[in-house]
Amino acid sequence: MAIEKEKLIDMYRLMVRIRTFEERVVKEFAAGNIPGAAHLYAGEEAVATGACANLRPDDYITSTHRGHGHLIAKGGKTDRMMAELYGKKTGYNKGKGGSMHIADMEIGILGANAIVGANIPIAGGAALSARMRGTDQVAICFIGDGATNTGRFHEGVNLAACWDLPVVYVVENNMYAESTSIASACKLVNLSDRASAYGIPGKTVEGNDVLAVYEAVGEAVARARKGQGPTLIECKTYRHRGHFEGDPQTYKTKGEIDSWLKKDPIPRFREQLIEMGVLTEEDADKINQEMNQEIEKAVKFAEESPLPAPEEALENVYA
Amino acid sequence: MREITYGQAINEAYDEELKRDPAVFIIGEDIGKHWGAAFGEMQGLFDKYGPERIRETPISETAILGGAIGAAVTGMRPVAFMFFADFLGVAMDEILNQLTPMRYMFGGKAKLPVTITCYSGAGVSNAAQHSKSVEGLLMSIPGLKIASPSTPYDAKGLLKSAIRDDNPVIYFTHKLILLSGLKGEVPEEEYTIPLGKADVKREGSDVTVVAISNMVHRALAAADRLQKEKGISLEVIDPRTVVPLDKQTIYDSVKKTGRLVIMDEEPKTGSASAEIAALVAEEAFDLLDAPIKRVCAPNTPVPFSQVLEKFWIPDGEDLIKAINEIM
Repeated sequence: MAIEKEKLIDMYRLMVRIRTFEERVVKEFAAGNIPGAAHLYAGEEAVATGACANLRPDDYITSTHRGHGHLIAKGGKTDRMMAELYGKKTGYNKGKGGSMHIADMEIGILGANAIVGANIPIAGGAALSARMRGTDQVAICFIGDGATNTGRFHEGVNLAACWDLPVVYVVENNMYAESTSIASACKLVNLSDRASAYGIPGKTVEGNDVLAVYEAVGEAVARARKGQGPTLIECKTYRHRGHFEGDPQTYKTKGEIDSWLKKDPIPRFREQLIEMGVLTEEDADKINQEMNQEIEKAVKFAEESPLPAPEEALENVYA
Repeated sequence: MREITYGQAINEAYDEELKRDPAVFIIGEDIGKHWGAAFGEMQGLFDKYGPERIRETPISETAILGGAIGAAVTGMRPVAFMFFADFLGVAMDEILNQLTPMRYMFGGKAKLPVTITCYSGAGVSNAAQHSKSVEGLLMSIPGLKIASPSTPYDAKGLLKSAIRDDNPVIYFTHKLILLSGLKGEVPEEEYTIPLGKADVKREGSDVTVVAISNMVHRALAAADRLQKEKGISLEVIDPRTVVPLDKQTIYDSVKKTGRLVIMDEEPKTGSASAEIAALVAEEAFDLLDAPIKRVCAPNTPVPFSQVLEKFWIPDGEDLIKAINEIM
């Protein structure tokens, strides 16, 4: 697989952007600057990055409560995202949605969604719409391992399969649905085996290998665009943080955490790119610095942005 | 003017809107060439518009409504046919957490022109899972509009408006009106009825009766009887949409009559009648000369056996009894 050098560098930058954003959220959440709850994506960056690298700006994604990485990977701006997390008027949703509901219709982000599995039929509907409007847009539906146990997974994937809709289900198996391990919630070893129940292709890839994700999702997106129907891709990965910030994570063992930290997708890709001669250590450090600066600016933007006027709570119920 | 049935009126509304706007399509169970929906009101549409736009699905309510949501936010104008109103329960998350708050929680960026159509009402021994009326259950959900047409004229005009509305609208087809074959005047030429405009179905001077959906017909029959037997004059108001509610038409009527009875085919607690009564008590108390009365179903599920069901559904006798208590 030949990927242009610039694209590889973009992917690395994106992964670092997501990680830097999330690390800053940890800090600002702990400091009390971000209200509500924060479900962080750190550790899973290779999935969103590899998947969305196959999409066009007019393609769609539906995201989850753990959505920051998906949104950034689809082109979401970190300053407006941070402002939304801060509950500011300049946020993507004018402070009405927060971390779990960020949306930007103009770049195909049909929303993070805080009801597990609810984004599955919605992605199918967007894919149906694309076909009915005669476009070749596709939809990626990001879900976690937990969502594959919901009823909507069955209804949504089955219907999309019946109609050969242009949708790709990217299952981020980070081993835990909240505090419940997938091993105790499903008899399958590979969640991609579920695809056979719907007569669609399924594939399991190493979710911390951004190029493996890119390649597998790329084939699925190409199939979808050609009108050949949905694909289910399971990406085995790990969330570095808890389900939410503040989760004591008693369900994880130290050995498990350590072994996954060794497989951190970002240092791994960095080394790979340096080995390939795509990046030098200095180039990579420079990207890290740029991303630090960007997120610093995003936080400053959020801090300095005005709060919504209280009465704005009454707006936007009806069109 | 020509007279057509409630079902024909609904069929015409679908047909005209499908023809008018290529973004309109219908998604749901059993709507295709065999049944044309369970009570046949979509017959002919499949032959005319084909399987892409009359999109028959497996029994998958969450995929139907979730799919409609995804299609709506990306530029289509879907009608999600949800079969019996009771089945809305299967897709309640789509109604409560997706469709209705989405525009708001996205800061006003999403447009959700989704019409949900389904059959409401008791009266044909379908028991507790195929007979509900749920206007009151749904009217506390912000972001939704709710239409409950009682006549062929209203059925057509409201459905066309619902489909054209850029907000989620739930449109209840009362199965007893549909199955009764009730006919009414419907003009040949095109028209719509705005959502949020009540209709005075009968003018009167002694008591205002606000009746919802099929209760309108029972109230009108009772009004005839009371006029004939006792000389009591009922003004029968059909809100047509409980959300948005045309409060002014109700207040104007109560100003004239001083008496209000609300007739609603739902278990009384938390029904649409409760909200209407509360509004009048809160905003128009001084207009009342007597306590507000509500004629509703009892707080039980809908029973099966005909004798039980007949007892359960509010009827003219119940209405007359309530009126006698305040005259």
